Amino acid sequence: MKYIDEFQDPGLARRLLDDIHATVTRPWALMEVCGGQTHSIIRHGIDQLLPEEVELIHGPGCPVCVTPLEVIDKALEIASRPEVVFCSFGDMLRVPGTGRDLFQVRGEGGDVRVVYSPLDALRIAQQSPDREVVFFGIGFETTAPPNAMTVHQARKLGIENFSMLVSHVRVPPAIEAIMSSPSCRVQGFLAAGHVCSVMGVGEYPELAERFRVPIVVTGFEPLDILEGVRRAVRQLERGEHTVDNAYARAVRPEGNPAARTMLEDVFEVTDRAWRGIGVIPDSGWRLSSKYRDHDAEYRFAVGGIRTAEPAECRSGEVLQGLLKPHECEAFGTLCTPRTPLGATMVSSEGACAAYYLYRRLDLPATKAREASPVV
Amino acid sequence: MCLAVPGRVMDIEERDGTRMATVDFGGVVKEVCLEYLPDLQVGEYAIVHVGFALQRLDEESARQTLDLFAELGMLQEEFGDAWETAAMEAGVDPVEEVRKS
Repeated sequence: MKYIDEFQDPGLARRLLDDIHATVTRPWALMEVCGGQTHSIIRHGIDQLLPEEVELIHGPGCPVCVTPLEVIDKALEIASRPEVVFCSFGDMLRVPGTGRDLFQVRGEGGDVRVVYSPLDALRIAQQSPDREVVFFGIGFETTAPPNAMTVHQARKLGIENFSMLVSHVRVPPAIEAIMSSPSCRVQGFLAAGHVCSVMGVGEYPELAERFRVPIVVTGFEPLDILEGVRRAVRQLERGEHTVDNAYARAVRPEGNPAARTMLEDVFEVTDRAWRGIGVIPDSGWRLSSKYRDHDAEYRFAVGGIRTAEPAECRSGEVLQGLLKPHECEAFGTLCTPRTPLGATMVSSEGACAAYYLYRRLDLPATKAREASPVV
Repeated sequence: MCLAVPGRVMDIEERDGTRMATVDFGGVVKEVCLEYLPDLQVGEYAIVHVGFALQRLDEESARQTLDLFAELGMLQEEFGDAWETAAMEAGVDPVEEVRKS
């Protein structure tokens, strides 16, 4: 599906592409920071439709991918305990920890359950007062408010057998870390629309000014992405670097104030390790001391678990846009969705999985089109 | 899991002191918490993520996004059976996995 007539509105897509082609005069590198955007780009061949001067670099926008190995190991340790019902979103089941994953823990007898919402886990805790129910709270700013509300509810309703293993991450410090790297090639950002629907755009002007980088809030549908690219390229060609909202139908400048207030109450900012990247200062949230009773890390004393990342997985470089997935030696051989070395291959939103699924190897555009399966 | 899916509010009720709604996502119906969008009304559309309405959306945008998600198989990914998916990825018999779950 790499043909423009398959877009939702081919006429509009053509006009956006024509405008980008007419605007661009020299090479520009843009980073999308949302795994959903990465998949949409690869699935629709947007990168191949753009002028060759415009390069899209895939950023660290998949929460499953960036969750560090030691947090997975903490989850595996807790989930293995006989008194525990361990609840998780489905896409964490196959993320490899050291030697195994949650899927295997269940095979070994652990009570691992998949939930759609953190509130489902809270309900299980209400219904099973004799069990310890733990929810695996990962994700970016979109997922953090639901998890914050769930802990708040647990406190309000006095549900003492509910706790959360929290490993939330924040986008702006990741942008800062990427732009501060000496090897950074990124000149513009497509900011993640759903993150901004919660947080608004207030955190970005300072970053845009300090790094002189345009930041365009973008949705993840094909036309949204083309529009985001068009606005970013226009700014770059004019030498501008402002924050622009190209996803106004879902993003208000102030975000969702009620959600932000709850985040401030339940969580506090902390340094957080990102898988394959390392510690980024102030890049995460943990439960604030007020909610320590519901913090699974303390309740099950797993805070001391420290795990080194495997050397053969280069997902850290992929997550920073320094390496394309197919440039990794393990890609498609040692590392496949069935035998993933790292989370970028196992997560449905990971860049490596997108490249594997859509057979995107280092082929010229026409060859890649022919090689792409109809899925 | 970081994607959010638009849905239409079918009805609203108070439960455990919390404003909850039944929301239709193109045929899949789920319980959704409205605490972050307390003035959302029946018939309106919102972007919903892991059981929480996070932002209002107009009907046309919501329908377009739902159509796209259905076409890309993302609704199945969001609401389908995660054990079955994991089993297939792991090369295990998915029927057996679903039976266990």
